[in-house]
Amino acid sequence: MDLHTKTMTELSAGLERGDYTSVELTQSLLDRIAAHNDTLNALLTVTGEQAIAAAARADADRAAGKAGALNGLPIIHKDIFCTRDVRTTCGSKMLDNFISPYDATIVERLADAGAVVLGKANMDEFAMGSSNETSYFGPVNNPWDLERTPGGSSGGSAAAVAARFAPGATATDTGGSIRQPAALTGTVGIKPTYGRVSRYGMIAFASSLDQAGVITRSAEDAARLLGVMAGFDERDSTCIDEPVPDYVAALGDSVKGLKIGIVRQHFDEGLDADCGARVKDAIAVIESLGATAVEVDMPNIDYSVPTYYVVAPAECSSNLSRFDGVRFGHRAENAEDLFDLYCRSRGEGFGDEVKRRIMTGTYVLSAGYYDAYYLKAQQVRHLIADDFKKAFEKVDLIAGPTTPTPAFKLGDKVDDPITMYLNDIYTIGANLGGFPAMSVPCGFVNDLPVGLQLVGHHFDESALLRCAHAYQQATDWHIACPEDFA
Amino acid sequence: MSLDKDQVRQIATLARLKLGDDEYAESVEKLSRIVDFVDHLSEADTSGVIPMAHPLDIAQRLRPDVVTEPNDRDRYQENAASVSDGLYLVPKVIE
Amino acid sequence: MSWEVVIGLEIHTQLATKSKIFSAASTAYGAEPNTQACLVDLGYPGVLPVLNKEVVHMAAMFGLSVNATVAQRSVFARKNYFYPDLPKGYQISQFELPIVEHGELFIADAEGNDKRIGITRAHLEEDAGKSIHEGLDKSSGIDLNRAGTPLLEIVSEPDIRSAKEAVAYMRKIHTIVRYLGISDGNMQEGSFRCDANVSVRPKGQEEFGTRAEIKNLNSFRFVEKAINFEVERQIELIEDGGEVVQETRLYDSDKDETRSMRSKEEANDYRYFPDPDLLPVEITAEYIESVRAELPELPDAKQQRFVAEYELRKDDAAILTSSRPAADYFEAAAAATDAKAQLVANWVVGDLSGALNRDGLNIADSKISAVDLAGLLTRIQDNTISGKIAKQVFEAMWDGEGSADDVIEARGLKQITDTSAIEEVVDRVIEANPGQVAEYKAGKDKLIGFFVGKVMQETRGKANPGQVNQILKAKLSG
Repeated sequence: MDLHTKTMTELSAGLERGDYTSVELTQSLLDRIAAHNDTLNALLTVTGEQAIAAAARADADRAAGKAGALNGLPIIHKDIFCTRDVRTTCGSKMLDNFISPYDATIVERLADAGAVVLGKANMDEFAMGSSNETSYFGPVNNPWDLERTPGGSSGGSAAAVAARFAPGATATDTGGSIRQPAALTGTVGIKPTYGRVSRYGMIAFASSLDQAGVITRSAEDAARLLGVMAGFDERDSTCIDEPVPDYVAALGDSVKGLKIGIVRQHFDEGLDADCGARVKDAIAVIESLGATAVEVDMPNIDYSVPTYYVVAPAECSSNLSRFDGVRFGHRAENAEDLFDLYCRSRGEGFGDEVKRRIMTGTYVLSAGYYDAYYLKAQQVRHLIADDFKKAFEKVDLIAGPTTPTPAFKLGDKVDDPITMYLNDIYTIGANLGGFPAMSVPCGFVNDLPVGLQLVGHHFDESALLRCAHAYQQATDWHIACPEDFA
Repeated sequence: MSLDKDQVRQIATLARLKLGDDEYAESVEKLSRIVDFVDHLSEADTSGVIPMAHPLDIAQRLRPDVVTEPNDRDRYQENAASVSDGLYLVPKVIE
Repeated sequence: MSWEVVIGLEIHTQLATKSKIFSAASTAYGAEPNTQACLVDLGYPGVLPVLNKEVVHMAAMFGLSVNATVAQRSVFARKNYFYPDLPKGYQISQFELPIVEHGELFIADAEGNDKRIGITRAHLEEDAGKSIHEGLDKSSGIDLNRAGTPLLEIVSEPDIRSAKEAVAYMRKIHTIVRYLGISDGNMQEGSFRCDANVSVRPKGQEEFGTRAEIKNLNSFRFVEKAINFEVERQIELIEDGGEVVQETRLYDSDKDETRSMRSKEEANDYRYFPDPDLLPVEITAEYIESVRAELPELPDAKQQRFVAEYELRKDDAAILTSSRPAADYFEAAAAATDAKAQLVANWVVGDLSGALNRDGLNIADSKISAVDLAGLLTRIQDNTISGKIAKQVFEAMWDGEGSADDVIEARGLKQITDTSAIEEVVDRVIEANPGQVAEYKAGKDKLIGFFVGKVMQETRGKANPGQVNQILKAKLSG
């Protein structure tokens, strides 16, 4: 049985028919992980025993007629989500031995719906990176080409889904950390509207930008998972108390009459020509399904990367101050005094990129620089958000490339922070404005996957999912599987 | 270089990060490039633009004043490297 | 040279909520270390703050009580610095947009005139934990129970000109927060403490001198002593040709001195920025008006009313209104007796306060209820007992012997007002003291006291003193 090739929708039907049990399904995927994880380094922790126990509970629930929405379906959590009694590292030496005493809200919700957690996915340290190379536990390899990056920071989640370790994984996106790895691994990734999914229990990088989402192989599966994760949480002040539409039901709606905006600036010289061609082909397919495309102008979009690299480091420099070696996390030995304890615990516990961002953030917030950098970036952020809002007065969605190039080679950009940062040039805008955004596989360049990005208006994830689903019904890029993981 | 070694040292001190000597040199170089890069922001015309701290334009929700958190000290302190009699320990603080 | 002292106070008031400002952990004082520190208070990875509704209510109450503007939009910001009692490495506070601004209150200056002290702002923030140094060899222990307790930091204008004024201002704030019930004001437990910004300048000079900040003063006495010491120190320093350094100083109550807290690290740079985990706090004008409508009568208004309605002396009215329970006690007693309100005030301020102090009790726990005290005063008013006997009855009531009437009855203390009975005793006293009678008749008027004393002694104090006087005088002049 090729259970690993099936989507959640298919697996759910199979479980319901009794073709196999969740325990059988879970075991088969655990076996796959055991066979292939060393090759990819996608998972940091495999929770085999707990998974089998959860699968057995799911089977019992189904037998008792109490199957939840995700009953018996295996998933993987990005290691940024706190999981009770399970190691939660955030890809850092700082949290190498950290056992969370509590579950993140989304971890709780997915478990309550019957999902079975196979393990925790590798990631860039504290989600700071676009190639998974900043992980203390080593980079993840792209299943399409092991010498290349799967992207980051949710590289482990994306690689695991692409390699069919699980049909879906949770992920987080601060500047593109769901969409960019989804694009580079030929998977579907969705970052919902800021405030749609609770951030409680998700280790913070940049609080005003971070948002949890999912990586799957089909838009339909994304709708299923997101539907369970989304919704009000009283533990997160920034989580919105708005009803969550039935995302799966919305997939049935046609894209006829949908207005798609094409951002002129997204097709400038920075974009690889072949990637651009794939993306244009994809937009043509969507048009052929009844949507219309119009050009929209975003005069401030070019400022999005520098804006992000002020706002995100500023927030991270403060968010990461809690890691001081006292209550949890790495603690330096034989500290001379308090100052030494702090400086060495943090100096030893954090990797280079994290330290760099903490220092950038400290600098832009410090006396004499606050106005020129932090305040200025907040103003530009407003301009960028307004660009999107103006566009959404005319169109339902914005479509364009997710990344400028397909997956690059590991080590290629690691020494040049700016080149690395520019990888997120098309994705960051949605985070700055809090808009929902998604990446859908739309073809290959030199046998490497390319992603189409869709950005929607606040709280309109349904439009993204509907468009992506319609596109996937008309194409089969998402069914393609990396050869070594068929 | 838009930043010098003294500035980087001062930032590292504020951020409580101990850097090795080679890390300093690299930090000066890379942080300078990052700062040069974000300096492009100065080209944006932001006169009269209200700073945006948050993507959502909504108000803070308020929680009722009710105690619901139980004492779970032992569990919480399992992650701490040094505790004694329920206290977290740090090198002596002199005031 | 003649110097002028300039003082501004930052008062930190713990708000009397059940749960913390951003978490649902208890704020109760005195628990075992870290048993009231939940994941949010500990700053665990992934946790988030959610604002307690009651702190907004309390801050609004305070703002309206000091004639301030209560902001319809206020913003929480992070103040970044590393310290072991600050678990997140930042304190959530308010910086640019505090909830309360532009308030004022009035104190009595040295001449007894009203003096206005401006209140710049009052903002909400979270308290830090505690470091414990005793009994730990090379370590300090951190207890985070207090971390996250809501604080209202009340910042005055530099309008205060002496240590005495500083204390008067602080007492006034203390009275207000307790009237409002927004803080227990317990200074031993750290619920009410202040930092004093102190500077001096030559009289007549407009610009301020360099200030020193004295941290964490937790009693009215220490505020006065610390400021006085600091003023002396600064004046001496300047007169000796030195310069005051802007710095943080600590008051050592054992040595009665302030000393510098300069640490080896560079000056702090707090890097305030809006807390992205919290959204702007927005309250409506209607809400503010509803809070105004529920405000209790405040000390100044109550004091004026006591003077007008009860015709009390101003100083007694001030003492009685310095705490709400005392004022309530007085009003309950005054309502239950026909005795003059000033007599009620004398007893509350005098004998009752004395007894409470002696036994270390609050007026709310008084062993004599307001109604029972009124019963006693009624018996003075209707001449059943004298004021002197009343003191005896009061003590017996305090010791639990029952109501005034019970004690008077049981001890047979009812005043003798029967003229013939008093005349009988007076006659006996005159007869027994011929020498003194002769002297009195020779003009030594002062001896009347001697005769009154004798009569009172014979009647064990029960004779009506007015009648005794009258009868004695009549008989001695006869």
